[in-house]
Amino acid sequence: MGAYSSDRPGRAGRDVGDVLEQDPSLPPVALDDDVLDAQDRRWTPVRIAVWAAIALLGGVAWVVLAVVRGETVNAIWFVFAAVCTYLIAYRFYSRYIEKHLLRPDDRRATPAEYKADGKDYVATDRRVLYGHHFAAIAGAGPLVGPVLAAQMGYLPGTIWIIVGVVLAGAVQDYLVMFFSMRRGGRSLGQMARDELGVIGGTAALVATLVIMIIIVAILALVVVNALAESPWGVFSVSMTIPIALFMGCYLRFWRPGKVTEVSLIGFVLLMAAIIGGGAIAETAWGAELFTLDKVTIAWAIVVYGFVAAVLPVWLLLAPRDYLSTFMKIGTIVMLAVAIVLVRPTLEVPAIEPLAAGGQGPVVAGPLFPFLFVTIACGALSGFHALISSGTTPKLLEKERQTRFIGYGGMLMESFVAIMALVAALSIDRGIYFAMNSSAAATGGTVEGAAAFVNGLGLTGVDVTPELLAQTASDVGEESIVSRTGGAPTLSVGLANIMAQLVGGRGLMAFWYHFAIMFEALFILTAVDAGTRVARFMLQDSIGNFVPRFRDTSWRVGAWLATAVMVAAWGAVLLMGVTDPLGGINTLFPLFGIANQLLAAIALAVCLAIVAKRGLFRYLWVVALPLAFASVVTITASFHKIFSDVPAIGYFAQNRAFRDARAAGETTFGTAATPEAMDAVIRNTMIQGVLSILFVTLSIIVIATALWATWRAYRSGSSATSEDDAVPSRIFAPAGLLPTPAEKELETQWAAVPADRRPVRTGH
Amino acid sequence: MAREVVTPVAVLDAVRRSVGAGLHDLARIWRGVVGEDAYERYCDHVRAERAAGEPDHPCLTEREFWRDRTDRQDANPQGRCC
Repeated sequence: MGAYSSDRPGRAGRDVGDVLEQDPSLPPVALDDDVLDAQDRRWTPVRIAVWAAIALLGGVAWVVLAVVRGETVNAIWFVFAAVCTYLIAYRFYSRYIEKHLLRPDDRRATPAEYKADGKDYVATDRRVLYGHHFAAIAGAGPLVGPVLAAQMGYLPGTIWIIVGVVLAGAVQDYLVMFFSMRRGGRSLGQMARDELGVIGGTAALVATLVIMIIIVAILALVVVNALAESPWGVFSVSMTIPIALFMGCYLRFWRPGKVTEVSLIGFVLLMAAIIGGGAIAETAWGAELFTLDKVTIAWAIVVYGFVAAVLPVWLLLAPRDYLSTFMKIGTIVMLAVAIVLVRPTLEVPAIEPLAAGGQGPVVAGPLFPFLFVTIACGALSGFHALISSGTTPKLLEKERQTRFIGYGGMLMESFVAIMALVAALSIDRGIYFAMNSSAAATGGTVEGAAAFVNGLGLTGVDVTPELLAQTASDVGEESIVSRTGGAPTLSVGLANIMAQLVGGRGLMAFWYHFAIMFEALFILTAVDAGTRVARFMLQDSIGNFVPRFRDTSWRVGAWLATAVMVAAWGAVLLMGVTDPLGGINTLFPLFGIANQLLAAIALAVCLAIVAKRGLFRYLWVVALPLAFASVVTITASFHKIFSDVPAIGYFAQNRAFRDARAAGETTFGTAATPEAMDAVIRNTMIQGVLSILFVTLSIIVIATALWATWRAYRSGSSATSEDDAVPSRIFAPAGLLPTPAEKELETQWAAVPADRRPVRTGH
Repeated sequence: MAREVVTPVAVLDAVRRSVGAGLHDLARIWRGVVGEDAYERYCDHVRAERAAGEPDHPCLTEREFWRDRTDRQDANPQGRCC
């Protein structure tokens, strides 16, 4: 605990005054507040013109999207609306948060400076750290959610992704990162315990653990759905395992540290696996060997998840992580360039009334609240709070860089989500719905799918069985009907766009499987990293009762805890795979609810911290997204628990099936056998109980946070759980490009003789 | 007052130098993003500690460092996001 006297108004509420006496023999380590303010206020004509142009372009783009609503809309408007809004939000809103709420002080050393160990705590160049942080937060989430939400038309998803990130998602990431940095890189769980006490802290911990299980299970479900009955996909994705093992050995035994080299080798092998997969899927033996049904693939992923989580990191996880980073950055840049160059025309209604009203076949439930849980990552993702606390804060060079990395990093993820949305919207509406309606509805055949989709009464939908069959053969698949989960749809969209740029129709199959591979790679990395993290959390919790479990190198404990975690997510996965109602349709909302609840927990912790800093005037910055996330998740949970509509409410569905069973019926709704009916009864009960658990835990956390906030307000407490301030001895610019004042300081620092310059470990 | 003569060669040279510097920067950032420069940064840190007169730690060799790095990840798993 550190309590400081307040002698420099304008900086943090309680200030650190003379503690931060600077070494007089060195140039300044921070810009003065006056200089910063002058920088902000210097509105030269050029600057005014640039920002006016950005505002104008963004405004025109929003008008085209939201007001004009022609028959078709060009994808480029999505890019303009997003990028211009991000720039304005970054320049003005995040600066407002920085100036009034967080008040970073570059005279203070960051944990990377005062705890420097050359390994975990390393001051890292801001541009490098931006890439690191982005690679850690962006995964399959922003690619899948927007695809599923595309059923409601283009406008609701676009507005939520862009406005949501500006006011909620990026704010959460920024705040959590800053507060964790001020606490030596403490994790969200530890901060919850510090700020909310035992009850709130424990609830936050349990909620995090359960949420991780759900998230891993549903990500795995996306992979299963993408690979089922697809010999090409199964072959190329399973080849990533030997490729990663080879890369692991290469780095361990032959050429340690040659990361780019091994990533390039891995990339070439990966391309060979994709191309080879096409040839192998055409042979009789290949098709027989690699055509697997969903249940088999689900079991394979469960076994894989266990093995990958107990194997040493160097063998599988680390090399695949390198490969995944390489593919992630490469593919996202590629997709962005392709969308700008191709500028596809989208024939999608702004709002699809049927789906917005809750009758959509992709994910059940009305626009409010289900749009906001279907698109979680990309707009507001609680999972990021786990990355923004812990890893990244230990690498920050200067306090003011948190804005660029925390707020700016999340803006980039939001942009990925916008691109995924555009890719999903670029394919024919009929194909989109045929791919994303559950097999129970389409019967799994092109004729059944065409009849079902055309019969829904959706705008602009007219699909023929021939078109569905043709598309499947274009992308090298047996069938594209009912390939739910988002990944196959995104892959068709990406293949569509890329094929217009390179290779035409002949390369569509390659691009499709490239995209499947790219998503599977992310997800598998998230699955075993998630299992590992969850295992450590479980061991830590059991350690409170059986101390031996704390020792994470104890094999028996590690294997037991891993088995428990894998069994937990494996059970949910198998439940989703065998669900007669179509797993994604019922389970995906649970994923979104889980993720948003974690966001609510993270924001609640931030609320308590801000209140304890005494900054009540600016509390709304946190309270606004917290209130929204709480209302959305609690409403969505209540829908899931209490709704009378069987398609939405878990218990309503459960009741309907139990009544039918009691009436002696052997088929009901989409379940064709008594066993299938029992499966529905069991699954809906589990899903319902999980919903109750989630909502209870998060209400506890939010209530304790509100209580802590109220107490701080009443007592005017200024107690802080921050680490003590240590004076900094290094300087670095805050944003992507140095400002003139920062350049001036950099020059001064460059002039300091090398032997007197504090050696920084960052370069 | 003699005016500096700007020859095409000088311009080309300046362009080449700034492009070269830009590429060099990009390469450095890429190495950082993929984590390839971790050992160099560790060595910098050890040098800094020695310069500051802190007790000498044995400095790991490159091979030892990379082994230690992945082995430490075994004990401190880092989440990957969805």
